[in-house]
Amino acid sequence: MLYLTEILGLPVIDSSGKKAGKVAELAVASVVQPSRVAMLLLKNTKGKPSIAVPFENVSAFSSEEIRLRVAREKLELFQPDEALLLLRKDLLDQQIIDVNGRKVVRVNDLSFSEQVVNGHTELLLSEVDIGLSGALRRLLHGALPRTWLRKLESHVKGTFIRWEFVDLLEADPLRQVKLNISHKVLRGLHPADLADIMEELAPKERQAIFTALDDATAAAALSEIPRKLQVSILDSLEKTRAADILEEMPPDAAADLLAELPAETSTELLQDMDREEAAELGELLGFPENSAGGRMTTDYVAIPSTADVEAASNLIRGAPELPENFAAIFLVDTEGKLIGTVALSQLIVAEPQTSLEELQSEPLLSIPAQAPEEDIVELFDKYNLLSLPVVDEEQILIGVVTVDDIVSVLRKKS
Amino acid sequence: MNFLKRWKTHILIFLAVIGPGFITANVDNDAGGIYTYSLAGARYGYTLLWTLIPITFVLIVVQEMSARLGAVTGKGLADLIREEFGFRITFFLMLVLTVANLANVMAEFAGVASSMAIFGISKYISVPVVAFFVWLLVVRGTYKSVEKVFLFACSFYVCYIISGVLAKPDWIEAAQAVVRPTIHMETGYLIMLVGMIGATVAPWMQFYLQSAIVEKGVGQKQYAESRLEVIVGCLVMVGVTFFIIVACAATIHTNGRQDIVDAADAAIALRPLAGDYASLLFAFGLFNASVFAASILPLATAYSVCEGLGFEAGVNKKFREAPVFYWLYTLLIVIGGGLILIPGIPLVLVSYFSQVANGFLLPFVLVFLLLLVNRVDLMGGFKNSRGYNLIAGSTVAVLVVLTLLLLGLEIF
Repeated sequence: MLYLTEILGLPVIDSSGKKAGKVAELAVASVVQPSRVAMLLLKNTKGKPSIAVPFENVSAFSSEEIRLRVAREKLELFQPDEALLLLRKDLLDQQIIDVNGRKVVRVNDLSFSEQVVNGHTELLLSEVDIGLSGALRRLLHGALPRTWLRKLESHVKGTFIRWEFVDLLEADPLRQVKLNISHKVLRGLHPADLADIMEELAPKERQAIFTALDDATAAAALSEIPRKLQVSILDSLEKTRAADILEEMPPDAAADLLAELPAETSTELLQDMDREEAAELGELLGFPENSAGGRMTTDYVAIPSTADVEAASNLIRGAPELPENFAAIFLVDTEGKLIGTVALSQLIVAEPQTSLEELQSEPLLSIPAQAPEEDIVELFDKYNLLSLPVVDEEQILIGVVTVDDIVSVLRKKS
Repeated sequence: MNFLKRWKTHILIFLAVIGPGFITANVDNDAGGIYTYSLAGARYGYTLLWTLIPITFVLIVVQEMSARLGAVTGKGLADLIREEFGFRITFFLMLVLTVANLANVMAEFAGVASSMAIFGISKYISVPVVAFFVWLLVVRGTYKSVEKVFLFACSFYVCYIISGVLAKPDWIEAAQAVVRPTIHMETGYLIMLVGMIGATVAPWMQFYLQSAIVEKGVGQKQYAESRLEVIVGCLVMVGVTFFIIVACAATIHTNGRQDIVDAADAAIALRPLAGDYASLLFAFGLFNASVFAASILPLATAYSVCEGLGFEAGVNKKFREAPVFYWLYTLLIVIGGGLILIPGIPLVLVSYFSQVANGFLLPFVLVFLLLLVNRVDLMGGFKNSRGYNLIAGSTVAVLVVLTLLLLGLEIF
């Protein structure tokens, strides 16, 4: 096990025993795992450009010095290359996302493992050190002999993250592409955790991540982020991209967010969106935020009241995606009027041929779109609801308020 | 009713315009600041007033740089120092910052002790009670709701303005002192100069202001507003400083006492306004300022250190998630308050020397601030102009020269 702190500054000796310089930087060609060190950059004297040593030219590696298999005259000057990840400059002391621990951490040191491939040694980036032992090494390296320091380190608790669980932050979107950082690993995180991570980052890094994430992941994370930050993130993205993300968000969350934007921006975004989605959102925007209409989502499953359980199950199975907090389906007549509510639990245990009307919850509860928040909360509390259908003046089903919205209302009030 | 309502809207408007700049400026007029300015007026009369002009420039330039750095990079000062200068430099800077801030925390508890002494409450009661209150306020996360109360109580500083006028100071002499620099080559005077600078441009302010700007989400677009707010905050603060010095000069210095050893002495400056109630008024103002700063300083220090060194930080985290943060925060309060409980410790001098310590540390922080704010890759078009660098650079030079002079005078 070798550490970056220990490698930096090591003397490099060429094939004829002459000193070629000191290690100033390690470069990795790609962030794909496992990452092998592709190049050493050497410095001779201050101010002079760095010399590049492809790692194939290294013949021996020890904690005292590095030996090359070529003469120093053969070495070429380093040509800056944006696609190379420079470990000291781009990684050491910078922040990264610890995907396993679901948080933003700062890099204290990097550790490498040695591996013999085709007769020559390769150096592989194995772990990122974010703990006390790394801090101690950074502080005391060079001031204490190496063996003493190693002994001291073994007494404190070290914290390491395996390289494959590291997500790099790069504020410049172009460089991000060149370094091949896709943030794919972030997809596995729960949107709420991802949102917490986003809150901790600087605006530019946040923007870079949102540019790279796929629409669905971006939308899920954005829904969980505090309102003020949502606005600034959406503001920083391109209009068409912002519209794509909004389309993927649950309609009620998207409408709430649009309501916070300047009228001009929200109109522009609505124009960029899919016609149907935009019409739905436009309708939602027409209701005051603290009314049933403002709180509801238009994502729900409605089914003709004449259908049976089998038809309903098939319909649900065939749906491209299911609503958030899906707890009940709604029965409607041919005009779209609300006839009844069937809890999913009822649907699961019932025989396939049972008519849906037999499974209806009693009494039939619904709320007019204009009703204030307090009335919804009261109904949820009284009847222990998970969801409540919202209707217009003609009893036509237009949306659903789900229990997660009620939790937000209550939390805002307390 | 109508009147009350109008009052309410006024307060609301006031609360709406205040932001990071204004809050930082007000916290800066803490116990250490009040005692240092009072001592300046009491010992040297009007003669130090000239320093306020250069100090105002420096204060605005420095605060504006911190705010700009925060708005453009979206990162705190400790974060940036770590990212650009590495672990070792950050470690030592944070160590020194912690020590200087501990001195400041002591000054706040000295303020609590001396103001409560006027009400006849022993420091062995007032300091532990306030320390516990402050600790709880932050750990429980209720600080934000109390902040506005502190800020409102800061209108107490208006008393100094009224009292300064009522004391009938020699305005001509004061005006001359503002524009005529005088320098004495004696240790006491030079220490006072360093203390004056350290009291107005305290190093913790740069860290605190920059973090506050980042946390508020001020970006490049909203920056013009924030800059105005920062500048107004600085001007208000220096205005208060001016009147504290004038009031003390006109009441304490001219009457031949020329020194301040406890809160009752410093309160004499408010006599023209409040007569026999001057002590009570001063005690109230000092108490508020001390508790306000005591709630911010230890927290800001813990945040900076943990950010810079890469430990988890935040009052929304649990103790076991962010142990270093909570321990540091708790220890700053316990040690800062605990040292004040030493019998016979001179409270006014403790406050004064904390500001001198600020003055010694300031050039180090300024150098890093300057290096960062001149980086094109970080700041782009927002990097420093030459005039800014000149003012900030000269401040560093002056502080270094003063420090060396002081060392020289001590040795020879």
